[in-house]
Order: sequence, then C-alpha cells, then structure tokens
Amino acid sequence: MIPLSWYLILAAALFCIGLYGVLARKNAVAILMGIELMLNAVNINLVAFWRYRTPEMIAGQAYAVMVFAVAAAEVAVGLALIISIYRRRSTIVADDIDMLKF
Amino acid sequence: MTPLQIIFLITSVGILGSALMVVTTRNLVHAALWLVVSLFGVAVLYVMLSAAFLAVAQVVIYIGAIAILMIFAIMLTRRVAKDSGPQTNPNWTWAVVVAAALFGGLTWLLSSWNGFSTPIPELSSRADPLSQLGQALVSPNAYVLPFEVASVLLLSALIGAIMVAWDRRSG
Repeated sequence: MIPLSWYLILAAALFCIGLYGVLARKNAVAILMGIELMLNAVNINLVAFWRYRTPEMIAGQAYAVMVFAVAAAEVAVGLALIISIYRRRSTIVADDIDMLKF
Repeated sequence: MTPLQIIFLITSVGILGSALMVVTTRNLVHAALWLVVSLFGVAVLYVMLSAAFLAVAQVVIYIGAIAILMIFAIMLTRRVAKDSGPQTNPNWTWAVVVAAALFGGLTWLLSSWNGFSTPIPELSSRADPLSQLGQALVSPNAYVLPFEVASVLLLSALIGAIMVAWDRRSG
C-alpha cells in the first residue's frame, strides 16, 4: 500500500516547484501558473490528510472545495488585472509594473 | 511493489515533470498545456484517495475553466508572450536556493513526525464520501456558512474581474 509519506513528499515537491515559478518567472501569467501549482499541492495535502487521518469526517474535502472556489476567484481577478495592465502599459513583465514603487 | 504503487509513481513523475516544464519552458502557450497535464495528474491522485467529487471538480474547474482562461490571457497578451530574451529574473538562482531549502526543510520536518508513514485506513463499507460531502456543504451544523461565503466571494470576484478588465474606450 501507499503510505501517507509519499503523498506528503509529492505535495512538498510540487509546492516548491510552484514557488520557484513564482519567484523566478518574469511574465505575470507565468507567476499565476506557479500559484496554481502551489494551490494544487495544498489540495493534495488536504485530501491525503483527510483520507489517512480522519476518513470518517469530511472536513478535508470540504476545505478543498473552498480552495477550488478561492482559486477560481483569484485567477479571474488576476487575469483581469493583467489584461487591464497590458492594455494601458503594453507589458506584463512583473519587473516593469512598478507604478506603486517610489 | 503493488500495482497501486506503480500507478502512483507514474502519476507523480508525470505531475512533477510537467510542473517543471510549466516553470521552465520559454513558450507560455506550451507552459499552459503542461499545466493541464499536471492538473490532470492531480485529478488522478484524487481518484486514488477516493475523493471522486474532487477529481471531477478538478477536471471541470481547473482544466476546463482556469487553464483555458490562462490560455486566453496568454493569447490576448501575445506580443509579450513571444518576447525574446530570458524568461526568468536575473536572480533566479536565489529562487532555486529558496525552493530547494524549503523542500529540504519540509521533508526533514515531516519525517520527524511519527504519523509520517501511516498506512491507509479502510473506508467503512457504508461510508459514502460523496453524499457525506454533499450533506456537509449544506448542513447548518457543518459548512453551509463557509460554502455561502465562498459563493459570494466567487460572485464578487467575477463581477470585479469584469469591471477591472472593461475597456472603457470602446464601450
């Protein structure tokens, strides 16, 4: 059988790959993709803990559903912002979007 | 090695390999397609964890909606997507260091926890996670309030997205 540790290590690796994407990529859409990978790693952890530790309670799955909803909201707002910035400034390179810097 | 373990290993290699392609490939459209592969692998994991509803929701929401939205956004900003030059920050080595350190720290921390290699418990034969989840999401004793708050959050986020992306010059 598969022990819990396999899922946890896979989720940790996926989270770190997503973190690298968020930190290293220039393009704002690619940064959002890294965030999606991190959210998926969190969801794997939630469902694995539910299945291995408390299969009689449903809290882990219910929380994963909430994460889905929040991820959808985050992507919708994030992409709208990116498209709006692209229309005004013709760039979606995160380093060039520095209007709030002073 | 049992067949389930082999399936798990193949799936995890697929997930991690395509996730690496997502964060390293230069062409953003390819990155979005690799993201679809990675998300599909996560759906397979949900099936292995007997979370059938989440597997279907993963395919419908993540692959069907979020990944397609990403592809649309990439195509709308296409001139930049084809940008030549490096696709990473100049200090990307620090990102590698941070990610590797976090992975090492997480693995070390988890391996010192005594529940780390818990074997999988049997689901009782009359337990039905799907109907349990459905009832928990609408039951006042369980998660109806977070569920409704998440619905309102999604609605307001979508209206906000329309307002933010509205092109005022043309309409």
